[in-house]
Amino acid sequence: MEILDILLSATFWAAAVRIATPLIFATMGELICERAGVLNLGIEGIMAMGAFTGWIAVYAGADLWAGVGAAFLAGMLFGLLHGVLTAPFGLSQHVVGLGITLLASAVAAFAYRVSLPQVTNPPKIEPFQAVAPALADFPILGPALFAQTPLTWAAFAVAGLTAFVLWRTPLGLAVRAAGESPEAVAAQGLSVNGLRIGAVMVGSGLMAVGGAFLTLSAFSSFFFEMVNGRGWVCIALVVFGAWRPGKALLGALLFAAFDALQVRLQQTPMGADIPYQIFLMAPYALSILALVVMSRRAAAPAALMIPWRKGER
Amino acid sequence: MSESEGGGEIVLALRGITKRFGPTLANERIDLTLRRGEAVALLGENGAGKTTLMNILFGQYAADEGTVEVFGRPLPPGRPRAALEAGIGMVHQHFTLAENLTVLENILLGAAPLAGLSLGRGAARARLAALSAEYGLKVEPDARVAALTVGERQRVEILKALWRDACILILDEPTAVLTPQEAEALFATLRRAAAKGLSLVFISHKLHEVMAVANRVVVLRRGRVAGAARVAETDARRLAAMMVGAEVERPVPAPRAPGEPLLSLDKVSTPPSGARPGLRRVSLDLRAGTITGLAGVSGNGQAALAALVAGAARPAEGRILLAGGREAGPGWSPRAALREGVGRVPEDRKREGVVADFTLAENAMLEEYRASPFSRFGWLSRRAARARAEALIAEHDIRCPGPEARIRLLSGGNMQKLILGRALAPGPRVILADQPARGLDVGAVAAIHAKLLAARDGGAAILLISEDLDEVMSLSDVIHVISEGRLSPPFARGEMSAAALGLRMAGEGFADAA
Repeated sequence: MEILDILLSATFWAAAVRIATPLIFATMGELICERAGVLNLGIEGIMAMGAFTGWIAVYAGADLWAGVGAAFLAGMLFGLLHGVLTAPFGLSQHVVGLGITLLASAVAAFAYRVSLPQVTNPPKIEPFQAVAPALADFPILGPALFAQTPLTWAAFAVAGLTAFVLWRTPLGLAVRAAGESPEAVAAQGLSVNGLRIGAVMVGSGLMAVGGAFLTLSAFSSFFFEMVNGRGWVCIALVVFGAWRPGKALLGALLFAAFDALQVRLQQTPMGADIPYQIFLMAPYALSILALVVMSRRAAAPAALMIPWRKGER
Repeated sequence: MSESEGGGEIVLALRGITKRFGPTLANERIDLTLRRGEAVALLGENGAGKTTLMNILFGQYAADEGTVEVFGRPLPPGRPRAALEAGIGMVHQHFTLAENLTVLENILLGAAPLAGLSLGRGAARARLAALSAEYGLKVEPDARVAALTVGERQRVEILKALWRDACILILDEPTAVLTPQEAEALFATLRRAAAKGLSLVFISHKLHEVMAVANRVVVLRRGRVAGAARVAETDARRLAAMMVGAEVERPVPAPRAPGEPLLSLDKVSTPPSGARPGLRRVSLDLRAGTITGLAGVSGNGQAALAALVAGAARPAEGRILLAGGREAGPGWSPRAALREGVGRVPEDRKREGVVADFTLAENAMLEEYRASPFSRFGWLSRRAARARAEALIAEHDIRCPGPEARIRLLSGGNMQKLILGRALAPGPRVILADQPARGLDVGAVAAIHAKLLAARDGGAAILLISEDLDEVMSLSDVIHVISEGRLSPPFARGEMSAAALGLRMAGEGFADAA
């Protein structure tokens, strides 16, 4: 069985975890936004912005981690814009989000053209290296864990941190309450808009770091359209994960495993007879299926997408 | 005012509070003091200014004039956080709980500084258990609030306030949503809290509750303190008189012999909906040339009764009889009601009366759009709609930019004039006027009342539903009181005093009263 061979191969697992990394960052970012009551459809563009910012910073001579930091800051900036438009101004979260995606993608492309006007082949940078190549020979788990770059490890840490902050700290409780019942937050004298803007900024920062993984770890250069719908997948992953970081992390790994699988299936003898588009489509089709099955009972934050205006019920 | 007696330090003092909303004076120079361990009831009809006053105290509104002092220190206006920190806890009429969070999470929300590293659930659970036991407020800390009954949610709200070491607890209409048993349990809790030295402000319009809980009663009427008394030294009758006030002199409509019944309910019952009671074997005749007033505290079955008359509901038991004794069968619907000449002025004018983003012209034809002249061979005639709107504007003195203006832009009074005008235009036999003057300014109220009286003199049968007892008493030829879904027998104009009606509204004097 070819599938069995693939599932037992070490490179498959390594690829799955690698593919999952940007999804984990961006899914956690989206989850934080939605927990605070704000659907952030700017995710696709913010990831592109993060990919560009991180890469151009390193290309200009910055340290790799400084590149990640630059991407985070760029994401927060767009998050600020999104948060201000949707929280105090109470504009439609759909329209603002799509607008941010268009704006951020365009700004990234424009800034690329302005900074490198004459280049046809995008220049490469020296990307993150595997954490512990010496341990990567360990069967199966070795490549999946140790052939990864530090950003992948950071992604898992971010998922744990997100869960901890949202469920174990007063701030996280306030953020979740802002997405469930802004009235309850306001009745405690806390600022609903402040919490929402803050959550959208941090969440957008994480989305941008997810984008930066693509340029600083996966591909080592920037090209247009490189985010390639990953942001939209993360929106679905948040629903799939029922707005819980643990389940969303699992969902990201599952999606990435499908993706890694379809690439390998294309190369099998069976794959030669089937149009490759079918394989490309498979992870998305399976995601939709899983979404239907998993999210039937999931309860979205009660105040998601509902602007809060003081004194209105 | 008898506020000086009684021991204990003064924990709360409101002095000269005045609050205006536009031209309306919601509170006018109100003074109120509260001592340690005292339970003060703030009694008044709907719209008397009770809730406004408490929202000022809790910092949700800033008063235009006057000061609030807590433990002798002035409270900065308009800041709920400051009120919380000063030791004021408020249990709102509409709870402020997040339904998808647990009881414990709701209580902890905002209780600790946001920068803290831990929620401290373990310690919190222990403290919650201790508080629950101390005040007899049983809650399950890890239950989601969505799974709790209304009474349990209220306990969470009270615990939230106690958790924050509130010394002054404000309860806004706390029993409005409770069953009688839950209300009894609440009273026991409140007595216990007062015995422990908490001070309570209890807002209500139900006399017997006030008598059961409070030491002292302050009666508000039209935004002013109408009187105050110690509960031990007064009785329900005197309080009712204070609450309703001396009857305002209004022109008495010329008496008219009652005509034939044009719509009757015959021993009609409906199932309860949520916390609202259904009707219990209600019989009612709406007669030609008669205004039948329905007095009662909101939420006692008025909505169910209005829905029957408007065709929006059919009775579970009993019959609806139309003019000439025909029974309204299973086809009784809003459209059937319109066909039978029932004109409707719904309770919620903005949601049910109009389509807010449609123009006046569109709204003017909303109930007749299918008929000529508004519709011919399936085509709408905008010209006819416009002509109707212009006629209504002229006849009812509707102040507006014109027939093509969106009706959302109109004031409540002008919107209501259009709704009433639209209902009157086809010459209805029966008119359902549900809270026709609620929230309107004096001029609009007078205009609406004049039109209703004119329709009555023209032979229409009018059902007037209102929470404003003055309105019911001055307009109605016949008055029924509704309480807990039961309807009193009809009382002729002037047969019952306001105080007597008030007691009925509070549920006394019914055959099966508890």
